[in-house]
Amino acid sequence: MSQIETFYEVMRRQGITRRSFLKYCSLTAAALGLGPTFAPKIAHAMETKERTPVIWLHGLECTCCSESFIRSAHPLVKDVVLSMISLDYDDTLMASAGHQAEAILEETIQKYKGKYILAVEGNPPLNEDGMFCIVGGKPFLDQLKHAAKDAAAVIAWGSCASWGCVQAARPNPTQAVPIHKVITDKPIIKVPGCPPIAEVMTGVITYMLTFGRLPELDRQGRPKMFYSQRIHDKCYRRPHFDAGQFVEEWDDEGARKGYCLYKVGCKGPTTYNACSTVRWNEGTSFPIQAGHGCIGCSEDGFWDKGSFYDRLTDIHQFGIEKNADEIGTAVAGGVGAAIATHAAVSAIKRAQHKGDQE
Amino acid sequence: MTTLIDEEGNSEKLSVASSNSDANGVKMRKQTAVYVYEAPLRLWHWVTVLSVITLCITGYFIGSPLPTMPGEASDNYLMGYIRFAHFAAGYIVAVAFVGRIYWAFVGNSHARELFLPPLFSRKFWREVVHEVRWYLFIEKTPKKYIGHNPLGQLAMFGFFVVGITFMIITGFALYSEGLGQGSWADIAFGWVIPLMGQSQDVHTWHHLGMWYLITFVMIHVYVAIREDIMSRQSLISTMIGGWRMFKDDKPD
Repeated sequence: MSQIETFYEVMRRQGITRRSFLKYCSLTAAALGLGPTFAPKIAHAMETKERTPVIWLHGLECTCCSESFIRSAHPLVKDVVLSMISLDYDDTLMASAGHQAEAILEETIQKYKGKYILAVEGNPPLNEDGMFCIVGGKPFLDQLKHAAKDAAAVIAWGSCASWGCVQAARPNPTQAVPIHKVITDKPIIKVPGCPPIAEVMTGVITYMLTFGRLPELDRQGRPKMFYSQRIHDKCYRRPHFDAGQFVEEWDDEGARKGYCLYKVGCKGPTTYNACSTVRWNEGTSFPIQAGHGCIGCSEDGFWDKGSFYDRLTDIHQFGIEKNADEIGTAVAGGVGAAIATHAAVSAIKRAQHKGDQE
Repeated sequence: MTTLIDEEGNSEKLSVASSNSDANGVKMRKQTAVYVYEAPLRLWHWVTVLSVITLCITGYFIGSPLPTMPGEASDNYLMGYIRFAHFAAGYIVAVAFVGRIYWAFVGNSHARELFLPPLFSRKFWREVVHEVRWYLFIEKTPKKYIGHNPLGQLAMFGFFVVGITFMIITGFALYSEGLGQGSWADIAFGWVIPLMGQSQDVHTWHHLGMWYLITFVMIHVYVAIREDIMSRQSLISTMIGGWRMFKDDKPD
């Protein structure tokens, strides 16, 4: 008998029937887009594999990732994933506190060297030697580096850990940076979003536990199964976009009819996430379905891209906030005026020298 | 028609139409003509003109769409058509530009001017200054050039070659988002998106690139017309027929 329980044992201990367990396996297979043949494989993995220890650290963040995670829709996911993984340290969820909690962290790192998954919510501020985020009397920066050293893999929960998010927004006084700026020698799975979708979070963990490897990642380190398409690509309002039917004002006929929100600044066409397919709160809805455009919360630097209600980014280098089209119109206008002036001068000069030519 | 060997040792097709005062004493001007722009190059120029106009108009309406269409979504496909036109014209510009690069290798020496301004030549920069002075009304007469004048060559490279390359790369990067990950456009151009930050940044740069090219087109058209009238050689007809006419026989 192994020291740590298998996932299946945990589930049975929690009163989950084998029938429910198998249903869970096939649902998970479907959620991961794997097809029916993978359900028994997931079941087998769950029955035989030891739970993976997970250390969940919190840096500069708002805990919205944790809030999302614990609301994972499928009941089994909610009840079990937290038990499936051996969540050995998570200061917001764990019962112990203070020195006891820090001792558990140290113990887990020593005991499962090179085997545990490090999940990071939030990010480290670098300014003043990391003094803007203190955990257990030490800078979070140190804790993060220490815990990352012996981790098998690192998960960056949410936009904070993945990109920097609000605390890294201009002018970023604490010099908060995404975790990949600090952890450079480990594979990092970015699960951006503010917060990420609960099912996406549990889906990523389930995949890693089931297959014992990282999910396939895109160029920016995000799992392809959830982040390979834009909100726009699978948006149920897309036919209105293609037809050229837009909400022009928030209280117009188009808004009532559920037309495309592109003109009121929807960032769906530039945002990679699974909101339009997985949706939120047990698949109930997502921002566009509720009548508001996507704000692009899972994209890099989304706080610094200007208003949530404009399609184009403000370009700050021009002093006054202007977007590309306003700058372009001004430049084209200026060049046009210059051309007109130059043409006029040319004509006058030519008229003056007409006589000299022959 | 004779063949002329110019300073750089390139052979030029040359034709001279000349006559002095005829029997009635009417003064005639001697016009020398050189064949500069070969047919594929001229075709490329005008194909690019039409495509870029299409791209600017459709691109603008993709960024700032027209007023909402009435009726059912199933009865309309306006954005779809506009985007199709944009992508089609984008493909045409890109393929034509690749063809243009090919022609730089196999065409005559003037076909290479666009890509290779002699930036390390002292003479080139002296003549750039001369040309700037001509545009500032300081020089009374411009110099004669068979191909581009040095300032023109510099502007063509800096505005057009750099601008259109930038637009092709950012354009296909944005196009790859629609085709999806793993598509040819994603493999070839998808790296541009993280390089510039994220998708929205690429959009911003693509917008700025449009205005860069619009500025180029405005100056290009103005200067072509002005030089056609005021310089010592033909310009507009040269890009139609390929022959450069010189208005006088005085030395450069």
